[in-house]
Amino acid sequence: MPEEKPEPGGEQSSAERAETGLEPRGSEPAQPAEPVVAGRERKGMFGVSGTGDTSGYGGLRLPAYSPPPAERPYGGWFDDFADEFYAAMSDNGIPAEAIQQVTVDRGEITFYVDREHLVAICRTLRNDAGLRFELCSSVSGVDYGEDVPQRLHSVYHLTSLTYRRRIRLEVTLDIEDAHVPSIVDVYPTADWHEREAYDMFGIVYDGHPALTRILMPDDWDGFPQRKDYPLGGIPVEYKGAEIPPPDTRRSYS
Amino acid sequence: MTTSDRIAEKSTGTDTTPEGSDSAPYAESRETTEGRVYMVSGGDWDDVLSDATHDERMVINMGPQHPSTHGVLRLVLEMEGETVTQLRSVIGYLHTGIEKNCEYRTWTQGVTFVTRMDYLAPLSNEMGYCLAVEKLLGVEVPRRAQLLRVLLLEINRIASHFVYIATGGMELGATTAMTLGFREREEVLHLLEYLTGLRMNHAFIRPGGLAQDMPDDFEEVVTEFCKVMDERLPLYDKMFTGQPIWRNRLKGVGYLPVDACLALGVTGPVLRSAGIPWDLRKVEPYSCYDEFEFDVPTSNEADCWARYLLRVEEMHQSLRIIRQVLKKLEPGPVMVEDKKIAWPAQLSISSDGMGNSLEHVRKIMGQSMESLIHHFKLVTEGFSVPPGQVYVPVESPRGELGYHLVSDGGTRPMRVHVREPSFVNLQAMPAMSEGGLVADVIAAIASIDPVMGGVDR
Repeated sequence: MPEEKPEPGGEQSSAERAETGLEPRGSEPAQPAEPVVAGRERKGMFGVSGTGDTSGYGGLRLPAYSPPPAERPYGGWFDDFADEFYAAMSDNGIPAEAIQQVTVDRGEITFYVDREHLVAICRTLRNDAGLRFELCSSVSGVDYGEDVPQRLHSVYHLTSLTYRRRIRLEVTLDIEDAHVPSIVDVYPTADWHEREAYDMFGIVYDGHPALTRILMPDDWDGFPQRKDYPLGGIPVEYKGAEIPPPDTRRSYS
Repeated sequence: MTTSDRIAEKSTGTDTTPEGSDSAPYAESRETTEGRVYMVSGGDWDDVLSDATHDERMVINMGPQHPSTHGVLRLVLEMEGETVTQLRSVIGYLHTGIEKNCEYRTWTQGVTFVTRMDYLAPLSNEMGYCLAVEKLLGVEVPRRAQLLRVLLLEINRIASHFVYIATGGMELGATTAMTLGFREREEVLHLLEYLTGLRMNHAFIRPGGLAQDMPDDFEEVVTEFCKVMDERLPLYDKMFTGQPIWRNRLKGVGYLPVDACLALGVTGPVLRSAGIPWDLRKVEPYSCYDEFEFDVPTSNEADCWARYLLRVEEMHQSLRIIRQVLKKLEPGPVMVEDKKIAWPAQLSISSDGMGNSLEHVRKIMGQSMESLIHHFKLVTEGFSVPPGQVYVPVESPRGELGYHLVSDGGTRPMRVHVREPSFVNLQAMPAMSEGGLVADVIAAIASIDPVMGGVDR
């Protein structure tokens, strides 16, 4: 029986398969199940409602910002780096799904990371000879506000002195389950950063050697930099001197 | 209230009611014109001492109000005799919530907040913040503004390093270092006041450029300043570099090698003293820094002595950059053209100080309603910034000063996070000073040169 040749452009031809790429690339990250939301929806022009607005701007509706997933090629050194990174991940037995999304924005690359693999990814990034992110520049918490799903983000900025590269890792968290594994074992400098993020946002870094408040007093209630925590208006030691918090004063935005 | 409610009575059995006040047998009292004075004495000093030193281990609280802890830093030292076995730093005494406050102000107003963080390097803070906002906006600042920013940053770096010598010297007992350092810093502050209008907390670098152009004769003033510094800087070599006490207090003290620096995230002069020429002005040039010729001094000693020498050398290099800026400057705008970002009013000085120029006021009040609306909107509401996030590091006198800004598309920041070099570098205190003498702890703090306004924000 003669070997069946695929008809050009027909079934099983390259034209058919081109959509998924000709070569299987096992180590590419999975596409995110749901997009990362980074911002709140806006209504009207100044967020004002219930006025005698005749301009029509009161009906303006802007959807919440969602950082778009980047597509290959990312541009610049990002592609080389990403290849190296995914290869190192598979060498260290980290599944490709650990990277939930990649975003390239304003010349910076962001990897949205599954928290279960965060420590392993950091260790890979630090130790692998082709990556060498020796320095953890910063760990910061971000709160995107009450209406946003997975509103708390823990953001890591890593720096490679060897290759002069900077990347950003980001973990998105539910506020009811704000737990992230601590990376202090890998980057001891994250110690105070994580304490600050805990102090200000209530992100609990599991495995941190001493996760206590660092800037606020030890017995402080609440997490001051969350969006639902007011600015000012908290009674402090000065008796009889309370000023209205700035967010309840007149504003235009 | 019954007598049994009084806690003092429960615990000591003393009658503390007014009637019982005369019954206390142990404290003599006498009447004076100021009221009754009790004389309390007794207790053998040897007993007190033996109670306190029943073994050699002592826990000592240094700070937060201590002249040698470089501000309101509190150090908890566990000591065996004079040797520090454990050290923990406690911070937060100067926390003012600047990051949170920025979220309630427009992007332009944020400058006036961040300039108050690291108050010895206010212009570096403004620079990092503005570069981040400009990156979010996607605008490029005019060349003259970029060069003038470099000029201001380097002048500010000199001021900051003088304070390092002044306060560091004072903490180590060298009061002449203090008087000399602050004398020179005063020169710098006078210059900055002439250039920007304020000695500190300038808010002069704004998103999109500078608040205004320099005064007409600033080039002569800056040249004169460079001459003064050329005369005075060698004084420090004469006064300290060869001085045996200064040398012995700093040499081999506060040792922090490269691996420890990187693990603890330490940057700036401390990292360069360990041998890595990591200066963001060279490795990631911003604002035309790649056009300037200057050296990044390094050392392999990794001790306080090396850090002192590096900082003195950095001041010389800053002077080099300042001279080059003056040669490169050409007339031009100092603010972006985009009227949706640039402050609409041309500021000018009139009889009652600086304010909006009268011509501008005449125009918006008398001729153009649209200009008035635009002025009002830009000043009160501010400009909106496209959503996204950026991280922009700059080289402040203390190390990598990074701004992580998040915008949700509004006229106010969603999040302003500052990666403060003082905050991060302070984590190296235990590594630098455990196992050493308590006197060397002071030298180690001075060599990190933290600014608590930046640490606590």
